[in-house]
Amino acid sequence: MWDYSEKVQEHFFSPRNAGAVDDANAIGDVGSLSCGDALRLTLKVDPDSEVILDAGFQTFGCGSAIASSSALTEIIKGMKIDDALGVSNQDIADYLDGLPPEKMHCSVMGREALQAAVANYRGEEWKDDHEEGALICKCFAIDEVMIEETVRANGLRTVEEVTNYTKAGGGCSACHEGIEEILTRILAEKGETFDPNAVAGEIKKPKSGLTNLQRMKRIEELLDEIRPNLQRDHGDVELVEVDGRYIYVKMIGACAGCQMAATTLGGIQQHLAEGLGEFIQVLPAEELARRAAMEA
Amino acid sequence: MSGTDTAEGIYLDNNATTMVAPEVVEEMLPYFTEQFGNPSSLHQFGDKVGRALKKARKQVQTLLGAEYDSEIIFTSCGTESDSTAILSALKAQPDRKEIITTVVEHPAVLTLCEHLEKEGYKVHYLKVDSKGRLDIQEYYKLLSDNVAIVSVMWANNESGTLFPVEEMAELARQAGVLFHTDAVQAVGKLPINLKDTCIDMLSLSGHKLHAPKGIGVLYLRRGVRFRPLLRGGHQERGRRAGTENAASIVALGKACEMAMEAMEYEKSSVKAMRDRLEQGILEKVNHCFVTGDPNNRLPNTCNIAFEYIEGEAILLLLNKMGIAASSGSACTSGSLEPSHVMRAMDIPFTAAHGSVRLSLSRYNTMEEIERVIDAMPPIVAQLRQLSPYWSGDGPVEEPEKAFAPSYA
Repeated sequence: MWDYSEKVQEHFFSPRNAGAVDDANAIGDVGSLSCGDALRLTLKVDPDSEVILDAGFQTFGCGSAIASSSALTEIIKGMKIDDALGVSNQDIADYLDGLPPEKMHCSVMGREALQAAVANYRGEEWKDDHEEGALICKCFAIDEVMIEETVRANGLRTVEEVTNYTKAGGGCSACHEGIEEILTRILAEKGETFDPNAVAGEIKKPKSGLTNLQRMKRIEELLDEIRPNLQRDHGDVELVEVDGRYIYVKMIGACAGCQMAATTLGGIQQHLAEGLGEFIQVLPAEELARRAAMEA
Repeated sequence: MSGTDTAEGIYLDNNATTMVAPEVVEEMLPYFTEQFGNPSSLHQFGDKVGRALKKARKQVQTLLGAEYDSEIIFTSCGTESDSTAILSALKAQPDRKEIITTVVEHPAVLTLCEHLEKEGYKVHYLKVDSKGRLDIQEYYKLLSDNVAIVSVMWANNESGTLFPVEEMAELARQAGVLFHTDAVQAVGKLPINLKDTCIDMLSLSGHKLHAPKGIGVLYLRRGVRFRPLLRGGHQERGRRAGTENAASIVALGKACEMAMEAMEYEKSSVKAMRDRLEQGILEKVNHCFVTGDPNNRLPNTCNIAFEYIEGEAILLLLNKMGIAASSGSACTSGSLEPSHVMRAMDIPFTAAHGSVRLSLSRYNTMEEIERVIDAMPPIVAQLRQLSPYWSGDGPVEEPEKAFAPSYA
């Protein structure tokens, strides 16, 4: 049985706002029968204030899908739609006192339904960023296509490198065999053989030779270079801590909890590594808290 | 029978695991205390345990109808037995590089076969029809000198559909091919008489027939070429090294003896309860159907697909009412796909995600069954009320089209 929090169970057994809202002026449909999860979110938005007056859900799915839908409607009722768009899937999971890692996709579905409903309200066309590949890393919800693309783009050769670039495999390690298969296949395309004993390649560039303060400032400068890209997608990044080769950042706005967050982190890591001329690793701020807790 | 409706609730997940019979527990307990000797030892402490193992081997032999007790190899579980059988056949016949199995096997066989494919073996996966039945003609055509082993389950764990393994084993024998059956779900529920069949190897698992978890058996017909999975000491005649799990072996022996006695009850009374359960639910709930082969099915297994709702959600509500069942839907197993068995049977997506397996044992009672029949309709109604594919008393018109996200 899944380890569902009391809050998840409560929202599953007594869901709030179940059913369609009367006179809804925003409808967001995500999922499908074939994938076993589907959510229709209906909103009644006040056209003058853009406040969500009422929200209702209809969900076909497992316990955590129903609980996530219920939580989402509770969170966004009374919010202005612009503010509601800032609700991340992590916010939904937090509201429920957490979801099992394998069930995080249920909260992602909630966030996507909200985006789809707002797009519908505004008369825009909403496109999701789902990839078609099979889910490889269940802990961080990373699929085959994302791993393949990252491996090709960066010439990766080891599972450790894949983990560094995409986070895939950084959790329970059950997917390491799957990652090795992807590496084997992509290396074979180049006529090379996957070597399970290879050591992750260090980026061979001279050490920056900067003082701690200079290095910190340089990192901030490099993040500023990336920032406009993220802001264009209604997101941002914040430097939290620098600990030797580990650089901890916090994703903000739409970047937080985005399905592509791991790719974004990978991109930031690459930019910082090149700019500093060092082999560094960019990790989410939660990882800092986790490591601190483990050391305590 | 006392029923399982205790403080723990009603247990209808016996294809996952069974309760250990009280008589079995009683039989095994001394092997944790005074009977602690190593059966391989020459002194009296070991000798007593050694004789207990011999008795257990006889008890298993009797249930399986095997010709010799030396054909029984104790293992740790069904998965180990399956792996041993398949890998032994490949190693013992290095010239044969093909395997025949089915798309609906347990992961114990399927995952191993997928792994062997990567190592260069050719695996033929027999398909099933909508009732979960095999095409014997297709099977017959695949048998050749290149095939090292056929591995086909006797009874499917999800649908309960039975495969004609005795007939298939005979065809394999004629073609000179080894035949293994994963009989984990069949042993104890159906009469088996191996000496009258052409089955060369058979796997069983103790915890599916009221023995504890962690004990299994590989039946290996005398004379079949064999390569052990675990090498080491001389236990099990060198065919499975490692100190015997003596208490569990004794327990399995007792469980086999009890299964032998309960066989008629399984076939008649357990089946009657199962049939009443199905009929009761089908009468009270619309838009649901029973999966599997209606004419050739395990007597204890009931798999019902409820349309427009999802299995895990049903299980959570059942569990709240004290009823334990299982779902073929993926959410329970951590994957996002519906069960490979339901997909292989081409159960439509509208229902495949909502399949629930209710598997009975001789410890269930008719009273429990009636309570489950009463519990099911409100649970299904509650979830359908939440579903975007359901409106009022029935599904929305053309559900697949009615709910079509713009990106799909």
